[in-house]
Amino acid sequence: MRLLVREALQAFRRAPLLSALSITTIGFSLYAVGLFALVAVNLREALRSVEERVEVVAYLLRGTPPETIAQASQDIAAFPEVARVTFVSEDEALKRARQELVEFRDAYRDLSVNPLPASLEIQLREGYRDAAHTAAVAERLKGYGFIEDVRYGREWIEKLDRLRNIAGLVGLTIGLAFAAVAVVIIGVTIRITVLQRAREIAIMRLVGATNGFIRGPFLLEGMLKGLFGGVLAVALLYGTYLLFRSQVQLATSGIVFLESPQVALGIIFGVLIGLGGSLVSVGRHLRNV
Amino acid sequence: MIRFSHVFKDYPKGVALKNVSLHIAKGEFVFLTGHSGAGKSTMLKLLYGELRPTAGDIRVSGFSIGDLSPADIPRLRRRLGIVFQDFRLLEDRTAEENVAFALEVTGCRQDAIASKVMRVLTQVGLAAKAQAYPQELSGGEQQRVAIARALVNDPTILVADEPTGNLDERATRGVFQLIREINAGGTAVVMATHDLDLVKQTTYRTVELREGTVVFDSGVDDGAGEEDE
Repeated sequence: MRLLVREALQAFRRAPLLSALSITTIGFSLYAVGLFALVAVNLREALRSVEERVEVVAYLLRGTPPETIAQASQDIAAFPEVARVTFVSEDEALKRARQELVEFRDAYRDLSVNPLPASLEIQLREGYRDAAHTAAVAERLKGYGFIEDVRYGREWIEKLDRLRNIAGLVGLTIGLAFAAVAVVIIGVTIRITVLQRAREIAIMRLVGATNGFIRGPFLLEGMLKGLFGGVLAVALLYGTYLLFRSQVQLATSGIVFLESPQVALGIIFGVLIGLGGSLVSVGRHLRNV
Repeated sequence: MIRFSHVFKDYPKGVALKNVSLHIAKGEFVFLTGHSGAGKSTMLKLLYGELRPTAGDIRVSGFSIGDLSPADIPRLRRRLGIVFQDFRLLEDRTAEENVAFALEVTGCRQDAIASKVMRVLTQVGLAAKAQAYPQELSGGEQQRVAIARALVNDPTILVADEPTGNLDERATRGVFQLIREINAGGTAVVMATHDLDLVKQTTYRTVELREGTVVFDSGVDDGAGEEDE
């Protein structure tokens, strides 16, 4: 075990330039994947903030008794899709209209009768904010006798759906492509390391080293390179993130960084590529000699 | 110890060995001679399991070369010491580390390694240069390090492929003397060489190859009745 660690660490010392090059290559490959992940995460975050505005409004018939409304609110709140039900009375509706619709302020001020109906505003849970679920909830609301009309931005939600699907698909495709490129580049880098040490491997075999013994230090070396590359990628990514945050002042939603589990996953990905790349390269080399 | 029985070895480009049968006894010294391409290196590579015979049977120290499993190869090689014309030392390790390396790969205990390494370096006359790197040593000294590495696992057979091919006359004499001493200690030696002067100096058994066949064997010994490993 000590020998394994010593040999793996000596590999760094003996070929510092090549080791630095491999780590940088792994780092930048993972950085590219990470940048993409960062964009994807922020895009998703932006979509989510838009999604939060998905709501269904049920307008109530004038004169509906408050008890009926209260009971119905409870029923509706129990729908699996529903996150929250808010009752907006006729007076509140008018007050809001006066506040929000500045252009009509004069018109609303002189009213003797409030023309606005009371309503229930229904927020949907995350994961249910798509066209199909929204329509289903709207349909069920229409079943209540005291509900006069149900409104939700059907077209808008459908567009959001499409956007979400496209973003998901493009994200997955590009993400996989980036990851594949990273795997290939890292694989080639490790292969160079193995070829550079072909002579050493040949001598090891000559003096009776088992394949397992030869492989061990390479695998550890590959894992360490993956680890250092992963850490480098995270550092680069965080630097980029800070730079962006200081340069781009987004008034509404700030840019978010990857969460710790995602960062950990990226580094683990690096370690696994390092290990896998070494396993394949050394394995192939040992089979061929 | 070593037995070639009707061995053929084909390469894609042609035939390297044709129907070679040979027996080498325990502790024997055998020169393999012949021109370049006569099949000497092929025979040695078969001996240490680098190549497999196309036909025929080869037994080395209890292993059947044709049936070697990947796990057998390291075990076979730990019983052999192998020396080459180009030394094959690791340039970035000292003489001591090069020799120790051969013990480390066998899983030898760390505390036993240093004393074993010093013992063989002393045997080859290089104890004083244990900390030198290969590029700091002369050709003859490098070959001595390579021999020390080959000896450190106490091999039963020393396989030497043109061990003096890169050395001047003085170094050649020294290295050859060392190999003779190793043989005197009971280790069988199979040494391929071009150097007929070296061959003539001694009365060791000489096997000459030409175009893949044995054309001369000074000490034919069918090994009948001898206990083989």
